[in-house]
Amino acid sequence: MTQRRVVITGAGTVNALAPDVKGTFAAMAEGRCGIGALDFADVERLTIRIGAQVRDFAPEVHFDKGKLSFFDRFTQFALVAARQAMAQAGLAREPGDPTRWGAIIGTAGGGNATVNEAYRAVYAEGKNRVHPFTVPRLMGNAAASHVSMEFGLMGPSFAVATACASSNHALGLAFQMIRSGMADGMLAGGAESMLNFGGLKAWEGLRVMSPDGCRPFAAGRNGMVQGEGAGIFVLESFESAQARGAEILAEIKGFAMTSDASDIVMPSREGAARAMRGALADAGITPEAIGYVNAHGTGTAANDKTEAAALADIFGDRLSQVPVSSTKAMHGHCIGATGAIELLACLMALNEGVIAPTLGYDAPDPDCPLDVVPGIARAARVETVMTNAFAFGGLNAVLILSKQ
Amino acid sequence: MRPDMQEKILSIIAREAAMEPTEVRPDMTLDELGLDSLGLVEMIFAIEETFGVSVPFNANEPTQSEFDISSVGSIVRAVERLISGPQAALA
Repeated sequence: MTQRRVVITGAGTVNALAPDVKGTFAAMAEGRCGIGALDFADVERLTIRIGAQVRDFAPEVHFDKGKLSFFDRFTQFALVAARQAMAQAGLAREPGDPTRWGAIIGTAGGGNATVNEAYRAVYAEGKNRVHPFTVPRLMGNAAASHVSMEFGLMGPSFAVATACASSNHALGLAFQMIRSGMADGMLAGGAESMLNFGGLKAWEGLRVMSPDGCRPFAAGRNGMVQGEGAGIFVLESFESAQARGAEILAEIKGFAMTSDASDIVMPSREGAARAMRGALADAGITPEAIGYVNAHGTGTAANDKTEAAALADIFGDRLSQVPVSSTKAMHGHCIGATGAIELLACLMALNEGVIAPTLGYDAPDPDCPLDVVPGIARAARVETVMTNAFAFGGLNAVLILSKQ
Repeated sequence: MRPDMQEKILSIIAREAAMEPTEVRPDMTLDELGLDSLGLVEMIFAIEETFGVSVPFNANEPTQSEFDISSVGSIVRAVERLISGPQAALA
């Protein structure tokens, strides 16, 4: 059976850097940091008080009041990003058969803000009831369902929950479905919003968060910094994009997912390398073809060291010649949405010839001998990119994209 | 029932039905109000929050409930009973 080619024809985002793709590109190109003091109820009771929070997001501008009571913040982000992606793809709704289009949206926390509000009401405020739509708001598939409803997508739609790799898994599955002929088009990506007291309190407990900044691969790194937002993309077959005369932003060439099967939080060099190798094989290319790697690069001691070692396994002697940046120092670690937001850095490298920098690179770490594109974006001709996501729970997902 | 309380209930029902309070008549049914099951649940929640009562209502058996929702008038009377009843103190 011949496999179909799969392309991206639309992109949308809401994140701490900007409420759209254009603004995010601009911020990434100028190396702007979206991390700042967190602002929400009870933040003073947290040890970690920084994050990449989406500011000035007014839900009532995007949604009418009746519908809004069904939308957790992560769903709101997903819907706004999906609308942007569909608009860029030139689609009011799916072209062709709606039963062959769907939505796969990654998320780790689902309606975490709704959970936080409900717990606050019953535990802190002593109330005996919560909003009646608490369940439909908090469920992990809420974003996927509302995206399917908004655009009338009647094919396969579901949520993917693989922690920090959720978006890459969602995009990879959408890619495979279109490639194999199971679907003609997909809205895929991720959405997350855990920047609230309860959400952050849980993360604090793990002692993996930095109190002062995200410095991926740097000697002075001391943990991750959380972000929030969404990234949603329109994926469709190359033929349908061509037939519509749609602008093609990139072709998805390969995808692989692996499991470490070893530890619930510690990453594995072998599992990460196997995912990268698998994606290269799926794309039918060798590591020499990769012109940029968007790293997982969380800024934790363990991830960055392990990822650098895995990258060395793949690129060997050529390692120092491959630009590898982590954009998490700008938009924060957006957990279930992070891979989708980082895919924007890949599109920028392919289409604008600009590689987003790694901010916070105070000094090199001998354990991470990478060209991290420190501080300032770099102009480069990039034909093919790789983007990594390695989740808690040892679940790895790697995508490879090329210029069309 | 105090008239202002009745007015409050009518305004909650009107808000959930996206109507003007003056358009809501006591004989109207939920269907006539255009309230679906989720709209009804939201309306009950608003009544509970406003009056500090617990409304006995199960969406699986909407007509079996002690809380009569057959018309706007019956809802108003049911709320009135709840507010003056013994369980109001428990809510």
